[in-house]
Amino acid sequence: MLIPRSWVNDFVDLSGISDETIADAFVRVGFEIEAVSKQGADLTGPLVVARVLAIEELAEHKKPIRYVELDCNEGQNRFVICGARNFAVNDLVIAALPGAVLPGNFAIGARETYGKTSNGMICSSKELGLGEDHSGIIVLAEGSAAVGQDAIELLQINDTTFDIAVNPDRGYALSIRGAAREIAGALALNFTDPITHAKSLTFSETGTGTPIKISDGAMVALLRSLDNFNPKAASPIWLSRRIEKVGMRSISLAVDVTNYVMIELGQPLHAFDRAKIADGLEITYAKDKSKFTTLDGQERELASSDLVVRDAKQVLALAGTMGGLDSEITESTTSIAIEAVRFDPIAIAKNSRRHKLSTEASRRLERGVDPSLAEFASARAAELMISLGGAAYVGTSVSGEERYPAIIELDPKYVNNRLGTELPNEIIAKALTTVGCDVDTKSWKVDPPSWRSDLQIPADLVEEVARIVGYDQIPSVLPRSPYAASLTPVQQRRRTIAASLAARGLTEVQNFPFVAESTMKALNYTGERAATFRIANPMSEETPLMRTHLIPGLIAAAQRNLSRGARDFALFEIGAIFRNTTKLVDGLFPPLGKKPDAATIKAIFDSVPPQPIHLGAIFVGKTTSDNWRMKARAYEWADAIAEAQTVLDLCGLQYTVERSDFAPWHPGRCAELLVDGKAVAHAGELHPRVCSEFGLPSRSCALVINLDALPASNTVKAAIIGSMPIAVQDVALVVSSEVSAAALQQSLVDGAGDLLESIVLFDRYDKIGDGKISLAFTLSFRAPDRTLTGEEITAAREAAVANAAKLYGATVRS
Amino acid sequence: MNPQEINEWVSAAKLAFAVAGDLDDLKAARLAHTGDKAPISLASRGLGSLSPDEKASFGKIIGEAKAAIASALADETARLEIARDQKILLEEVVDITLPAKLTHAGGLHPITIIKNDISDFFLAQGYSVVEGPELESSWLNFDALNIPADHPARTMQDTFFVEPLSAGLVLRTQTSPLQIRTMLTSEPPIYIISPGRTFRADELDATHSPVFHQVEGLVVDRGISMAHLKGTLDNFARHMFGPDVTTRLRPSFFPFTEPSAEVDVFFNGRWIEWGGCGMVNPKVLETCGVDTNEFSGFAFGMGLERTLMVRHGITDLHEIVEGDLRFTRQFGVGL
Repeated sequence: MLIPRSWVNDFVDLSGISDETIADAFVRVGFEIEAVSKQGADLTGPLVVARVLAIEELAEHKKPIRYVELDCNEGQNRFVICGARNFAVNDLVIAALPGAVLPGNFAIGARETYGKTSNGMICSSKELGLGEDHSGIIVLAEGSAAVGQDAIELLQINDTTFDIAVNPDRGYALSIRGAAREIAGALALNFTDPITHAKSLTFSETGTGTPIKISDGAMVALLRSLDNFNPKAASPIWLSRRIEKVGMRSISLAVDVTNYVMIELGQPLHAFDRAKIADGLEITYAKDKSKFTTLDGQERELASSDLVVRDAKQVLALAGTMGGLDSEITESTTSIAIEAVRFDPIAIAKNSRRHKLSTEASRRLERGVDPSLAEFASARAAELMISLGGAAYVGTSVSGEERYPAIIELDPKYVNNRLGTELPNEIIAKALTTVGCDVDTKSWKVDPPSWRSDLQIPADLVEEVARIVGYDQIPSVLPRSPYAASLTPVQQRRRTIAASLAARGLTEVQNFPFVAESTMKALNYTGERAATFRIANPMSEETPLMRTHLIPGLIAAAQRNLSRGARDFALFEIGAIFRNTTKLVDGLFPPLGKKPDAATIKAIFDSVPPQPIHLGAIFVGKTTSDNWRMKARAYEWADAIAEAQTVLDLCGLQYTVERSDFAPWHPGRCAELLVDGKAVAHAGELHPRVCSEFGLPSRSCALVINLDALPASNTVKAAIIGSMPIAVQDVALVVSSEVSAAALQQSLVDGAGDLLESIVLFDRYDKIGDGKISLAFTLSFRAPDRTLTGEEITAAREAAVANAAKLYGATVRS
Repeated sequence: MNPQEINEWVSAAKLAFAVAGDLDDLKAARLAHTGDKAPISLASRGLGSLSPDEKASFGKIIGEAKAAIASALADETARLEIARDQKILLEEVVDITLPAKLTHAGGLHPITIIKNDISDFFLAQGYSVVEGPELESSWLNFDALNIPADHPARTMQDTFFVEPLSAGLVLRTQTSPLQIRTMLTSEPPIYIISPGRTFRADELDATHSPVFHQVEGLVVDRGISMAHLKGTLDNFARHMFGPDVTTRLRPSFFPFTEPSAEVDVFFNGRWIEWGGCGMVNPKVLETCGVDTNEFSGFAFGMGLERTLMVRHGITDLHEIVEGDLRFTRQFGVGL
């Protein structure tokens, strides 16, 4: 909202107060300053009103140029060159005379140009820094200024405009009235309410006004009918300049007046051509699929949720949002109906949203407008149309009645308790009075002003007191929690895993959880991982799905790094995944203001699908950079499995390893890690087709662990560590290459019995031929209480081998 | 054999040891001066033929001479061993500046680092760290927070909705639903923070991202006032931006707090908007079953990306979200 200082000054005496002080005051009471612009600071005169006496067209140049004779009331006429063409002989224009400096340090002097002497310049709005309009020079309405008059004063150029941000609960501040009251409150100055003047207005009715009726969607509506309006009457300069200063365009007297009153008081008004209203106006909901053309010339299809203003025949306006083309004021309008309605804010918000039409009117009405304004703002507009446009008052029609915010019972102690202050009661009362409340300091009943429908509960009043007293008056005190807090075991585990992966050379990424359908297809996801959630309004139509797996994001991150020149790296991510695998129920919306019962709370929680936290990693290129010590080698399937196993080891979990055909991994090079028989992780080489499809180096590897599926670590029961000597035995077994190392090892473990302390596979030889391989193990035996005898050791080893032979046909390699 | 002669043997041995150039020379000298044929050895063996008196006196002299030779030998052995070792070690000198570390440099994402940092800061003050679903119930994300059905935040322009719309699931626009979840499931006093990922339908640019992170704090206890909020934020700001930082509260509006404020920090010579805060709106407390006659609360929320950008001088949010190794590795693991 643009707030010109000069306009505020009508209601608050700002003399002697700097712009900076005003800007700080706005911030202090809760209005962010978007910009402060000082007009006229970079402009010096002479700048005068001039009359065009003669125009000589100079046609011999690239563009048509005019040589203009001006009367500036100097006793002697001036001649200036001008490139604009939007004026005629006898027009009143603005001339900058030699010696003037225009914005942009543009000095005006007498100069030779186009073969003539130009003794000044005729100015456009843009050249004077008044606006962006550079379509032509300023032409003043006849009678609005005297030739030779100082134009800096006339156009009220010297001014400061504050652009303030108004929060949604402060609709009243979208007006000069509201902003001026805030400034007065913040700076402890006197405030004259402009409504006082409007309230004093009376009109003598000369006939019956056009009727208005609220059928729906409004609290109170006023319609004031005027006749004999002079359509030729122009807006006076003070009016059009104020309209321009708040960023609007001056259009016509009738429209300018409605806008002026809206800006000054905050009540949107609409001026209808009364002659075009059939019978009377009705505020009601539209018929579904009816058509309506708004002022901007756009035809809109209406729905039954659109609040409209209509007459007996047709829709005339999209209520509180935009008027219709058919009933707008034209150059021949002489009969006017000024409509002022306190619409239902939600209805206007819906209108505005559904038609993507945010207007000056809708912005105010959807925040809620002071209900008393319908009467007084329309009166003020009528007054201006009568005094400036010669209109005659006909009559008034009213529908509905004003309702005001309820009285709030406030305990002043509550204010201090909430703020942590010790403000005396007088200060609290004074602050509330400043914002417009009536305060009975005996009963502490507080009556909020008509424009503050947002003040409903004591807490709302606490904020008002704090704002006026100043948030900086609140002391700073640290509260004391009665708890000793720590991370949960799950949080602790996640943090340790991340730190250890980082220490092992992996870099963490955090990818957007959005996926493309084509990616889902290319990665060949099936089952749970194909069960996606679709975003109804995705950021990009490319990626409308929620991720069900971390690999797509990791691939994209790897691609990005590859494209930026990285070659050898490993990335990891820890984050939630989203699988549409539980039955969705309709959203639950229990009433507010009291706690829902336990069953409802549980139902709400249960309506949210589980979103487990996964860990994913991708390994690209070589395990080290090229170096002087050894030949760098590429990541291979075993590296990914090793990282996954490291994570499970960190968590102190026992796991088994099985081969798995699981997309998007290489079907022969993917390990499934199981804890308590439940798959918790997959790791290995990515499918060659995936690597080629996504431009990853061949043999890139990946792992995924469902961290939420990992059981909690049990408290370790410490075993007795024996100090008896160890006995080490090596065995090399020959088996079919089909037999997995893990299975063969397990058969040795199972066969060896309790004396086996550890087992390590130290060699694998696959050149035996005949579909056979050799796997060699070191078995370490120890008894807790004695030195093992040779016989015991041999027996244990042989039992181990025998079990391997029985289960997998293993023979001892000779 | 006389003492004079024995002294000369000792001197000769010491001299021979002293001039030995290496351990091989020393070995030859040792054999020559202490071996079977050495005069001292012969004299020692000849002691048996002496009278008991002579035996006693010469025995003592020879014993002392032998000890002197042995001592000299030990000293010289030590000298020569050191010299030998020094020669070998000199030959084994390498260029220890060759790159020794071959593994890739890893690192934590700066969001993780700041999240951990903030969590630890509040854990030490007795706040629990609460996490929860990113795909969240509309009622928890909006209604219970006093954000009515017609609020602009609930339009398609601001919030990501998931199909089917009837399920009322949204990508949470704030971590505040965790405040509601906590208040619905536990009794005050409540001291929590909720760091986590949040979503808004903003185009990605230098300062906005559809996916970002917040940390929110919630305290509900007896006698909680805005002064406690201010104290907590002052303390938090100093932890994030250094001991000299100052904060300022400005009146603002949020449906879930009343009074509401924006908190700014004065950092590097200018005021920077850091986050939003306020006293928990009694309407919200009532919906969560908190007795507003007994308890009051405050809440605050900050963007982690924004905090990182201010603190580390990051000018473009793309850097944080793109996952470029070169960016992330700058932060190490946050030590």
